[in-house]
Amino acid sequence: MKFDVVITGGGLSGLVAGTALAKARRKVAIISSGQSALHFCSGSFGLLGKAGGKTLESPLAGIELLPPTHPYRKMGAEATGAYADAAPLLFAEAGITLKGTSRANHRHLSPLGKLRSSWLTMGDFMTFSGERPPMKDCVIVNFEGFLDFYPSYLADGLGALGVRCRTASVKIEAVERLRRSSGEMRAASVARLLRGEALEELAIEINKVCGDADTVFIPAVIGFDSEEHLQRLRRMVGVPLYCVPVTPMSVTGHRAQQLLRHRFGQLGGTYLLGDSAVAAHMNADGSVRAIETASLCDDYLEADRFILAGGGIFSRGIVAAPHKIYEPLFGLDVQATDDRDRWFDADFFARQPYMSFGVATDAAFHPLRGGSAVENLYAAGAVLGGADPLTEESGAGIAITTALHVADLIINS
Amino acid sequence: MEYQVQNISRDNFEQCIKCTVCTVYCPLLSVNPDYPGPKQAGPDGERYRLKNPAFYDSALKYCLNCKRCEVACPSGVRIGDIIQRARIRYDRSPVKLRDRMLANTDFMGTVAGALAPVTNFMLRRRIVKQGLQAVLGIDSHRTFPAYSATTFAQQFKSLADAQKGYPRQAVYFHGCYVNYNYPALGLDLVRVLNAAGIGVRLIKGERCCGVAKIANRLTDSARADARHNIKAMQAALGADADAPVLFTGSSCAFTMRDEYPHLLEVDNSAVRSNMMLASAWLAREVERGAVKLVFKPEYTRRVTYHTSCHIQKLGWAIYSIRLLKLIPGITFVPVESQCCGIAGTYGFKKENYATSQAIGAELFDKLRRIAPDVVACDCETCKWQIEMSTGIKVENPISILAEALDFEATAAANR
Ligand SMILES: Cc1cc2nc3c(=O)[nH]c(=O)nc-3n(C[C@H](O)[C@H](O)[C@H](O)COP(=O)(O)OP(=O)(O)OC[C@H]3O[C@@H](n4cnc5c(N)ncnc54)[C@H](O)[C@@H]3O)c2cc1C
Ligand code: SF4
Ligand code: SF4
Repeated sequence: MKFDVVITGGGLSGLVAGTALAKARRKVAIISSGQSALHFCSGSFGLLGKAGGKTLESPLAGIELLPPTHPYRKMGAEATGAYADAAPLLFAEAGITLKGTSRANHRHLSPLGKLRSSWLTMGDFMTFSGERPPMKDCVIVNFEGFLDFYPSYLADGLGALGVRCRTASVKIEAVERLRRSSGEMRAASVARLLRGEALEELAIEINKVCGDADTVFIPAVIGFDSEEHLQRLRRMVGVPLYCVPVTPMSVTGHRAQQLLRHRFGQLGGTYLLGDSAVAAHMNADGSVRAIETASLCDDYLEADRFILAGGGIFSRGIVAAPHKIYEPLFGLDVQATDDRDRWFDADFFARQPYMSFGVATDAAFHPLRGGSAVENLYAAGAVLGGADPLTEESGAGIAITTALHVADLIINS
Repeated sequence: MEYQVQNISRDNFEQCIKCTVCTVYCPLLSVNPDYPGPKQAGPDGERYRLKNPAFYDSALKYCLNCKRCEVACPSGVRIGDIIQRARIRYDRSPVKLRDRMLANTDFMGTVAGALAPVTNFMLRRRIVKQGLQAVLGIDSHRTFPAYSATTFAQQFKSLADAQKGYPRQAVYFHGCYVNYNYPALGLDLVRVLNAAGIGVRLIKGERCCGVAKIANRLTDSARADARHNIKAMQAALGADADAPVLFTGSSCAFTMRDEYPHLLEVDNSAVRSNMMLASAWLAREVERGAVKLVFKPEYTRRVTYHTSCHIQKLGWAIYSIRLLKLIPGITFVPVESQCCGIAGTYGFKKENYATSQAIGAELFDKLRRIAPDVVACDCETCKWQIEMSTGIKVENPISILAEALDFEATAAANR
């Protein structure tokens, strides 16, 4: 099968690149061997929260403090900002509301009621600037028996920020059934049931316990497949209502993944879910000819250009063997050390070196293979080396901006 | 420091990173709270079962074996296989008569088909259905697919001689459904392939692929059938070692290609790469220019494609959709891939009926809203379920193709 572009990896960066390319009328296929890291996303995307040991108010201002091989440094602060600012529209077209800008990080609440900083946050959650959330008196509502949400910790956290809090629990008929199997009263299962009439029942129960609170918080379990459910609930509840992240699986992350995929399909893209790229077939000149997948067997996916967006160690875009870190599909050069004892710091909370392991690329995001750039291949997202997403709070930012950047490079080439 | 270099476990069991992604995609989980879910029933439970088989949880019988958990798992854990293997290994409860009957599709088909008019009449009577529910636990809402008076294999006999005259050859595994219930689909395939210049060969002594026996724990019998089928397939291929072995049922294809080696431990490597769904194979042949199709100009239909669980797992829905899109008169409307709830013989059991319908409810809603002229689908049990639940007609892509094809022009183009 022949495409203009074949992308390996269908997480945040593969989908963003695929969507941008499909919008530019390229014929694109995405291969994704399973679901992605987006399912663990709390609902907020980081662009750059920390750099050079400093906490940043303006993410773009921190880019020059990053090491020279960092993906943002390769793009430059200006281009990174432009891609970052293009992102919300692309998500809005898929039905995903994101609040925030690249000029300044905003605040949002952690599950424990602590202040966090991010670049973009989904419309389900409360965002604000400054050190105090915009409310005086809130009620935190949980479902009876739902254990992945901690109302009393949240109340303590908010209390410390000067907010008066009450907690309440509600019983919803549809959700009650799940309690028979205690292990599986998880966010995703609850979210599947909270639609239609169950949502009306929930609104009634919330209004009952609301009192004179100015804000309602509930666990983020509304809207398995679209934002419409939360919008409906908000219309039925008298006061402003926000979600608070719960223990993953994240319903908002799952929803974003599905909506992005749907959008990609609408634009004519081909998404091969559950299939794996198992081998890369190369031309004599060192460029990529085709990708072989597990399901399509000898029907190789041919293309003019290829993108590797297979994610990091978590998603197996990069693999750790006992004494080797490698990129399994193309055998690309990795930025990593083979000395296993230097992969990690025994202090769990210290910066972990393995977090920045990943594919080495030239300035135009062509990965290196045996020291030379593969000209028709690009790498984007968590598979890239040189960044430490966890410490920098830059995971989604890197995934999105590098994806848009390589899509641009392909469109303009 | 000393490191253990490699740890290889069956079904990638040790690769599970406990991420819970699989639980989000299990269609059963939110509708049946008695089911522990893929993570707990699969890799988590297996750790206990390896220590002590007494930890086996009989609720594993609810698993649909749809493999949607495997498709979602980012770590390649064969969750569905772990669960089915646990059922095979640890479930010592006797197999019910009803389950034996539902599983023995060959035997049931032969008897029922021989008495087709009587059987069909009987199976549609309310009183008979109520009797089946009371005595055997087969849900009375179900309409049994009609049995054909003459099997596909019998009907094919009159066509067999002409097949040798075609320059290319394909082997066809028709399966029980085409043979006993719906020979028309098999005949459609023969007509389409013949028009494309391809002769069809059946597999002598073909037995059921085993999907129903596996689901109902008749493993030894399934294994014996599997060994027989692989040998018979090799014999049917004969000197044409590269000819395709085609299927019109996605579950037959999936079972013989992947469940044989994974679950039944039957080596199919000699023929595995030959096995292909007919619609997928045709799409590929058209794409590489080896087959030309010419369509009737007046044919127009609004069509959607339902991705059965097993074609989702095979990763071949893309081909069926491409095949449908080749037909100029088709307006194609996509629908999200999700389980219809029938899972083969599962939905026929009284105790599963409500669950089965609850799983499918969302899909049925979507299909009703799309309101296509026909739903294309590569699985026969999905066909029963969707037709029963929505009243919308469901056809295999091959039958849709046969309806749209200008046979004479196609035959001429391929000469
Ligand atoms: C647990 C966790 C939580 C996180 N939470 C946040 C958060 O809250 N906010 C934030 O900003 N960032 C977060 N991150 C950072 C995260 O890495 C990025 O946000 C982003 O999701 C990475 O996207 P990606 O597309 O590059 O990779 P991934 O999302 O990892 O996607 C890669 C995909 O490629 C597939 N794949 C790999 N190899 C192959 C192959 N050979 N063939 C086919 N498919 C293949 C994988 O199965 C996977 O689906 C989190 C990361 C993790 C691991
Ligand atoms: S999705 Fe795979 S890795 Fe994750 S919990 Fe399920 S089996 Fe384990
Ligand atoms: S095979 Fe299907 S029903 Fe069974 S655990 Fe996996 S997803 Fe659930």
